[in-house]
Amino acid sequence: MSVKRRDFLKIAGCAGMALLGGSDARARTKEPDPEFSAMLIDTTLCEGCRSCEEACNEKNRLPEPATPFAEGSVYEGKRDTSIGAYTVINRFPNPRDPGSPIYVRRQCMHCNQPACASACLVKGLEKTRQGPVIYNKERCMGCRYCMISCPFDIPKFEYDSPSPFIKKCSFCYDRQLVGKIPACAEACPTEATLFGTRRELVEVARKRIYRNPGKYFPHIYGEHEVGGTGWLYLSAIPFDQIGFRTDLGATPYPELTSGFLYGVPLVFVLWPSMLLALNHFSRKKGERGDEEKE
Amino acid sequence: MKRKNEARKGNPGPAPMLLQKAGEFIRFFLGELRPKGRVLTPFNVISGAIILLGAVLVVIRFARGLGAVTNLNQDYPWGLWIGFDVVTGVAFAGGAYVLTFVVHVLRFKKYEPIVRATVLNGFLAYVFYAGALLLDLGRPWNVINPIIGKAFGLSSVLFLVAWHFMLYMICEFVEFAPAVAEWLNWKRVRKFVMSLTMGAVIFGITLSTLHQSGLGALFLLAPSKIHPLWYSGSIPVLFFVSSIFAGLSMVIIESSISHRIFNSQMDGEHRASHGEIVLGLGKGAACALFVYLFLKIIDFVHGRHWDLIATPMGYWYLLETVGFVLIPAGLFVYAVRKESVPMVQFTAVLAAIGVVLNRLNVSIIAFKWYEPVRYVPSWMEVEITLAVIFLEIWVFRWVVNRMPVLRKYREPEGEPVKEAEVVKWRPSHM
Repeated sequence: MSVKRRDFLKIAGCAGMALLGGSDARARTKEPDPEFSAMLIDTTLCEGCRSCEEACNEKNRLPEPATPFAEGSVYEGKRDTSIGAYTVINRFPNPRDPGSPIYVRRQCMHCNQPACASACLVKGLEKTRQGPVIYNKERCMGCRYCMISCPFDIPKFEYDSPSPFIKKCSFCYDRQLVGKIPACAEACPTEATLFGTRRELVEVARKRIYRNPGKYFPHIYGEHEVGGTGWLYLSAIPFDQIGFRTDLGATPYPELTSGFLYGVPLVFVLWPSMLLALNHFSRKKGERGDEEKE
Repeated sequence: MKRKNEARKGNPGPAPMLLQKAGEFIRFFLGELRPKGRVLTPFNVISGAIILLGAVLVVIRFARGLGAVTNLNQDYPWGLWIGFDVVTGVAFAGGAYVLTFVVHVLRFKKYEPIVRATVLNGFLAYVFYAGALLLDLGRPWNVINPIIGKAFGLSSVLFLVAWHFMLYMICEFVEFAPAVAEWLNWKRVRKFVMSLTMGAVIFGITLSTLHQSGLGALFLLAPSKIHPLWYSGSIPVLFFVSSIFAGLSMVIIESSISHRIFNSQMDGEHRASHGEIVLGLGKGAACALFVYLFLKIIDFVHGRHWDLIATPMGYWYLLETVGFVLIPAGLFVYAVRKESVPMVQFTAVLAAIGVVLNRLNVSIIAFKWYEPVRYVPSWMEVEITLAVIFLEIWVFRWVVNRMPVLRKYREPEGEPVKEAEVVKWRPSHM
């Protein structure tokens, strides 16, 4: 498609948005931001002990799980995060070594440019400067557009409450603010969950792939997916075999709607003037004769 | 004693006069609230029962949460209330902006007799179907947050849609306000609101363009969830163009029904022009349908999904685009050429079904088509949807039977101004 037109729309849109005073994100980048914090999940190191699940449950004061954390029977089916569990581990068969299955954690990916935050009309979901994507529950109106937009299906909604909220992993934002590492990373006994800055962890992940050529599938899931995520994954086998979607692309989700939004001020300027012009010309026609109007 | 005399002789003070007027207004309004005609008709009994049951279910919904009445779940956060009530309902309400464009901007006087009914219908559609949104929101008391600026989510399409819904409702009310002023016989108010019409029309068309397409743009954020035959970057344009024939089809259907039910309201001229109007609307709908079909074809070719056509979802896609876009487009042309009003009406129903299909496909059916367990609305969701529709019809009927919507407004005959002020609250048609 024509790039020029798109650029023009963007420029026009930026001008329009600036006029509307919507450029606070741009203004904010002037002061140096801290580096995004991130997490590296090395699925080759995870033993499926569920310590992270337990720590998360405790930290967030979530309800007691149906099956105790010590029990392995939960691995018989595939689980999803829920309003009562912000992180869950699933087991996948390992075609390389059937004796040692692969355990994969699932929770909010804390995208660099989150779809949910761009979807939310009240900034109920917000990307913090430190990296975590957090939920401001007092703003939320419960429209669930975040759930529609999230490529990983992470936000969960309390359908059985008359005053429902969205529930999801907060990357222990409160702990990070006081210099502690997330509860799950603290609880992990095998260093399968590694906390750090995103830049560092991408390096660590790359190093692991380079140094162990046969061990890893040569891809860091989350490095580029949907514009990059805060949580990065390493795996021994292709990611589609351990429950990841590999068709999400590298485009940050907010860009999917930015073209449309940039067009809005344009329509606001062009439409009324065009309509007035049409109205003006139709008047002249009307004066010429009423009978030819058909 | 002296005081009493004075009060009787001179004008009463401003406060008592206002009170008296307010009293008159309330009496008049209460009188107007009373139903006209027979109450216990089959339609009233059935729709009344549905509305009552709906009200009970709404209470349950707010007492026990969405899960108590809907089949919504973590995989399908949006169901019938969004997909049908809001997304489809707003498309059908598009008739108002299309007709105001034709009549006020292009000055086609031919369609003037149906403008008011269409605008009223559009306004009520927004009030009720967008209002149904409040039922679906988990925390509806926070619905004003994006308006009062607790936090502006400027990067959100939904933010735009929410603002536009609100502003457009105001526009449509302004467009309809002359009828209300005539009903109340407020001459000065009528003059004032009449002067606002053109501005409201132009602003309203602009808003409609943006939020009709904006409703489609909402789904741009779900590229990995909507079936590739329905997901495309041009959803906003497709939604906008389809709202034109969706609106026109609904106007054809609604005006044809009104023509029968409210026949006594219309004067001979209006009645006679009905066929002409329907044919003209059919012509417009045919044009919009062909533009839409063209865009759909371009979209399909660009998407390069030939391989997906021979799948169950592909057949479903063909049914929508051939059965309910191509065929109605052709039928409209044929019917207009043959000047067959019934055929235009039939085709309008076909086109309307096509719009329902399309909106439900994008928002529900093609959404996460890969899930093993699919969302199917609960009977309670359907019930509440029906209740909302019937309630809208009730209000529409109430207004049409009282305000000059279908009939022409006649200025009350030459009364002196002062007296007119005294009988201000008398309905204009008495």
